[in-house]
Amino acid sequence: MYPVLENELLSQDVHRLWIEAPHVARKRKPGQFVIIRVGEEGERIPLTIADVDTARGAIALIVQGVGKSTRELNLVPAGGTVLDVAGPLGRPTHIEPGAHVCCVGGGIGAAVVYPIACGVKASGGRVTAILGGRTKDLVLLEREMRAVADACHVTTDDGSAGAKGLVTDALSAIIAEGVRIDEVVAVGPVPMMRAVCELTRPLGLKTTVSLNPVMVDGTGMCGGCRVLIGGQQKFVCVDGPEFDGHLVDFGELSARLRAYRSQEAESLTHYCASH
Amino acid sequence: MAKKITQKTKTEMPCRDAGERSRSFDEVALGYTIDMAVAEANRCIECKNEPCIAGCPVGIDIPTFICQVAAGDFQAAWQTLSADNLLPAICGRVCPQEEQCECKCTLGRKFDPVAIGRLERFVADHAASQGWQVGGTIAPPSGRAVAVVGSGPAGLTAAADLARLGHKVTIFEALHKPGGVLVYGIPEFRLPKTIVSREVQALEQLGVEIKTNHVIGRTFTVDDLFDELRYDAVFIGTGAGLPHFPKIPGVNLIGVYSANEYLTRSNLMKAYRFPESDTPMIRARNVAVIGGGNTAMDSVRTAKRLGADHAYLVYRRSRDEMPARHEEIEHAEEEGIELLLLAAPIEIVGDAESRVRVLRCERMALGDPDASGRRSPVPIPGSAFDLEVEVVVFAVGQGANPLISGTTPDLPVNKWGNIVADDATGATQKRGVFAGGDIVTGGATVISAMGAGRRAAQAIHAFLTAPAAAPDTPIGV
Ligand SMILES: Cc1cc2nc3c(=O)[nH]c(=O)nc-3n(C[C@H](O)[C@H](O)[C@H](O)COP(=O)(O)OP(=O)(O)OC[C@H]3O[C@@H](n4cnc5c(N)ncnc54)[C@H](O)[C@@H]3O)c2cc1C
Ligand code: SF4
Ligand code: FES
Repeated sequence: MYPVLENELLSQDVHRLWIEAPHVARKRKPGQFVIIRVGEEGERIPLTIADVDTARGAIALIVQGVGKSTRELNLVPAGGTVLDVAGPLGRPTHIEPGAHVCCVGGGIGAAVVYPIACGVKASGGRVTAILGGRTKDLVLLEREMRAVADACHVTTDDGSAGAKGLVTDALSAIIAEGVRIDEVVAVGPVPMMRAVCELTRPLGLKTTVSLNPVMVDGTGMCGGCRVLIGGQQKFVCVDGPEFDGHLVDFGELSARLRAYRSQEAESLTHYCASH
Repeated sequence: MAKKITQKTKTEMPCRDAGERSRSFDEVALGYTIDMAVAEANRCIECKNEPCIAGCPVGIDIPTFICQVAAGDFQAAWQTLSADNLLPAICGRVCPQEEQCECKCTLGRKFDPVAIGRLERFVADHAASQGWQVGGTIAPPSGRAVAVVGSGPAGLTAAADLARLGHKVTIFEALHKPGGVLVYGIPEFRLPKTIVSREVQALEQLGVEIKTNHVIGRTFTVDDLFDELRYDAVFIGTGAGLPHFPKIPGVNLIGVYSANEYLTRSNLMKAYRFPESDTPMIRARNVAVIGGGNTAMDSVRTAKRLGADHAYLVYRRSRDEMPARHEEIEHAEEEGIELLLLAAPIEIVGDAESRVRVLRCERMALGDPDASGRRSPVPIPGSAFDLEVEVVVFAVGQGANPLISGTTPDLPVNKWGNIVADDATGATQKRGVFAGGDIVTGGATVISAMGAGRRAAQAIHAFLTAPAAAPDTPIGV
């Protein structure tokens, strides 16, 4: 049992939970994730460690309530508990000291690029951030990101916050300014990550993406998280979650993400009917 | 030879009806009654040379316990059995007895061997129903601490033996539930999970602490276990958990599973109860499982229970070469599993949504024996055929998980990634680190993993009590 210390609503359906898990907090590095099980019948769900508070032995998770399990997690109040927290899992982000990194976060992807931005700053680098969302409410962690990044651009599809447009528009504009960027880290919905990679590929600009396939164990035992990287079979939970975006087979990834779509809907209906 | 043989065949063990059980996850084999057990035990001719003992990887004193069953002294039989085997209720169910104890039985030269496994199961279940405790004593605290990584049969056995020897033992398990393959791999219908949790509880009563959700290599490295947590020795029993997929087109389509994933979803995560349990899995009308071992057999029987009309087992050799236990193959056939022997997959074809539609196979013929002595299959040109399926499960072996070896540079592994360890002691080339079970041998058996755990526990005890290993630092944790 792991105590939930805080549960804060960040935006519609998006919560930040601080969970006491000292075994995870003590070693976690940017880029890593945990596997959570809320209750006895719960699935094992992978969630990025968005922040850490070593003094309290706690980790922060930013959770978008999309399916049954994430909604259930968001309903755990401060003072409540979750059954299992395993981690930290995955390889930490490789951070080149002193590099200029452009951190692009789409929607909930901000929760993944934010700790990376902190890591880049901690190793003496420079961060240009781009946060995007369909609309104002879906741009997450802007305040936190502004506090660490050297520059922070916001885009929304409908223009309700920042510039109207896509994160790729902002990225193109930054590249056009001619500032030297050592690496782009892009995390968000698959179409967004793919679009960023297509933009940077012809420029030969190193682009790292963090993948979120369906997982079960998160330890390399099941192979459910497999993806094709440059034609090679990789397990995201142990070989990733970050990969060279120019090598990722995004088409296959997005197909595999739809594997349980009908069951996910069924599970949610079942949950809503009984609550 | 003391006795005259009156009953030539094994006493049958009652089973649930095949039609009923092929839709249920309840245990298939029901176990002997007292009368059946006594009758079967009386078949033992008490031969002088006791060949069965040598057939058992942990050297259970089989003739003694069988004699005690024949005499109706089940408590004595339990003491004998539990002194040598920590998990008899499990071994009696899942050991490949036909290759071990029973294949050495003198009676087996002419008739059926004594049903040693069934008797072992009977004694263990009877003891549990009576609440009898495991035989043996616990030594006073030694002041030394051992970390056991992995809670499969190797880790459980090593932990129990070390705790009895007076050492403080902590098990670190990556998953949320202890038991290894016993909980995530082997299905309920063959090994009820209450039996595994019973054994785990017995271990906790010995004072062993189990820390789940701890992934060694990530949460702590092996070096952290020594340097930060101050353990005096480490036993690694992390199993053979990395699934292989063949290099054929279509292996990443939706509906293609490794047996590990398929079985983990069903057993550990209880996906067969979805949506009461949250973990989904694809329930298909037509399922093909590739492989011929226990893992393949468990997967295909699970598919049937999940509601498949056609559950095919595709194996590239013939029935005689199948590594699965014979009893399981028979059970599977009774349940309506369709065996497609001498066939191998060459391609999986999907639909527009990337979901599996067809498994394309080709027929094989058996050629000359290969290095392993088994006749190697050779494809027959022009023999391709299609199976219409929505789920394909690969149970074609597994490799070693790199999480520990990748974070412990001074722990040598062989070319397959298995940890190099001495067979007799489990000692690795890293001081204080021992290993055993599937992580050393590659996928093997429950009892061989237990044997390795037991030998390593002895060696760790010797290491901890040797004068050179006197504590130079206080024990924390
Ligand atoms: C489906 C299936 C059916 C089988 N049927 C039979 C049978 O009928 N009879 C038989 O004798 N054998 C059978 N086997 C083989 C048998 O189960 C194994 O040989 C045996 O379980 C190996 O034991 P082990 O202790 O080495 O490893 P495992 O049982 O694999 O346990 C290893 C444990 O270590 C944990 N772990 C792994 N990495 C880490 C880490 N980094 N940190 C912490 N924990 C970690 C794993 O989560 C797991 O719980 C079967 C195997 C399978 C997969
Ligand atoms: S443990 Fe296995 S090999 Fe040993 S006696 Fe029991 S069934 Fe036979
Ligand atoms: S989640 Fe099972 S191998 Fe990655």
